[in-house]
Amino acid sequence: MKIIACVRQTPDTETVVKIAGDGKSTETDGVKYIIGPYDEYALEAAVQIKGETSGSVTAISMGPSRCTEALRSSLAKGADAAVHINTDGAESDDALVVAAALAAQIQKMGEFDVVFTSTKGSDSDRGAVGAILAEQLGVPYLGLVTDIKVDGGQLTCQRDIEGGTTETFSVSTPVVICGEKGVRGEPRYPSLMQIMKAKKKKIESVDFASLGIDASLAKLEIESLELPPERPPGRIIEGDSIDAKLDELVRLLKEEAKVI
Amino acid sequence: MSKATIVVGEVSADGVNKATLECVSEAKRAGADSIDVVLFGKGAKEAASGAGSAGASAIHYVEEASYSLAQRAATVHELVAAKSPGLVLLAGTTHGKELAGVLAGKLKAAFASECIEVRFGDDGQPRALRPIFAGKVRARVKLNGATSVATLRPNAVPISTDGGDAPVSDLALSGAADGVKLTDSSAKAASSNEVELSEAAIVVAGGRGLKGPENFHLIDELAAPLKAAVGASRMVVDAGWKEHRYQVGQTGRVVTPDLYVAVGISGAIQHLVGMQNSGCIVAINNDPGAPIFKVADYGIVEDLFEATPKLTAKLGG
Repeated sequence: MKIIACVRQTPDTETVVKIAGDGKSTETDGVKYIIGPYDEYALEAAVQIKGETSGSVTAISMGPSRCTEALRSSLAKGADAAVHINTDGAESDDALVVAAALAAQIQKMGEFDVVFTSTKGSDSDRGAVGAILAEQLGVPYLGLVTDIKVDGGQLTCQRDIEGGTTETFSVSTPVVICGEKGVRGEPRYPSLMQIMKAKKKKIESVDFASLGIDASLAKLEIESLELPPERPPGRIIEGDSIDAKLDELVRLLKEEAKVI
Repeated sequence: MSKATIVVGEVSADGVNKATLECVSEAKRAGADSIDVVLFGKGAKEAASGAGSAGASAIHYVEEASYSLAQRAATVHELVAAKSPGLVLLAGTTHGKELAGVLAGKLKAAFASECIEVRFGDDGQPRALRPIFAGKVRARVKLNGATSVATLRPNAVPISTDGGDAPVSDLALSGAADGVKLTDSSAKAASSNEVELSEAAIVVAGGRGLKGPENFHLIDELAAPLKAAVGASRMVVDAGWKEHRYQVGQTGRVVTPDLYVAVGISGAIQHLVGMQNSGCIVAINNDPGAPIFKVADYGIVEDLFEATPKLTAKLGG
């Protein structure tokens, strides 16, 4: 199967996020970028399914020049080719713009079987691009998949929905699939040999401007950022015995917090 | 710009889904001029009138043979063309999220997901408050364009009950099924009594302090008298003691119950972002230095193997 895996860099999850002076963006100084933690699971699924279908994986990332690190890492983990849509100087994080750019590039790359996206970016927490991309490409979409089995040209996908129900789908290609964390297990660590080989592979660079995406497509506007309200300080419940502490806890939950 | 709103929701055996009623309520609070509610799911016709009390102006039920995202999207897309709403609001459930995304794609609409508040501005454009960076920051966003799409995080807003009766009518399913076909939909055996994690008023979660899957019954037993949903930390899920759907945290679920009881959970930042907006947080851990105590309203520094069964007994379990 010809597979495309969408990856994106996001700030390291340990980053202390600070609101910048303009009140509507976050500070980027000193921020370390990593391949999005959710994207890693989508990439792992892509590479495994490639192996099961004697196919190929092309990793694609849209962003400034530092994105090539995420693409190098994708090559080391089993992607056969990598494409960087370079936005240097014209960064856009709007889901409609990103989806339009990815679609424009993917359409230039010929027929595909599966485009893998992840559930969300760990910064924006949006989960929007995958479905919008599917619409742009004119193919079906299946979200939040937790299991994928390959059977000839057919995929069987599963996911859990609220209420503990598991849905099973028979999926024909072409399709855009959004893979949940762990859809094909934990992402692999590439060997030193794979990392060295990846360094020699060429990453195709495409200028964002050349894709002719209309910037006015962007419709979601951040007006301001704020910190969540601070919780009042809590307390450790003291007592002479474990029973005394627990009795006090139950009393507080009933009378003070009024949650039971 | 129009303040007419379409809420797209689902029903279950218990009636109109809680998350859907939250959307209807929030649309009303947002200042919607009219709220057309579209309901999908088995039993939608029978349950439909239940959306009236939350503030629906009109309710449309759709009968479908089987779940098809393509057909649901085509059906709602047609209704949007007919009503020209300023906002299409859906619950942030698995079905809701993918339908919202596909609709945003069809409409080339602004799309704000996982919102915890939605309001129409004076200029008629919807605005929303949504957490980013796993809840470390919140963004106030403006949705531009004639029709916008948003999903509301389940359990983030209260349900109104001061609405009245609303006319109920059937809406025909549109579009054709596509290459993604539902072949099975089955409830997991253990779950018929399970409280849904994202909607629960109380969650009891277990972490690595439980030492092994054989001890997770302590969590189930504490959850029972509280009628609570059961949750798990990432360590527990990665170790294979519980399935991923129970995971609370950055790469699991974000929950906002009235009460969250963390048992044997140290409180790594990736877990905290999944539960720190709970109404009341209780932590049971024998390490007084555990970071969970910094967010807990009430902390019990004791051995969970002693404290948890005793607490269960005191709660009548």
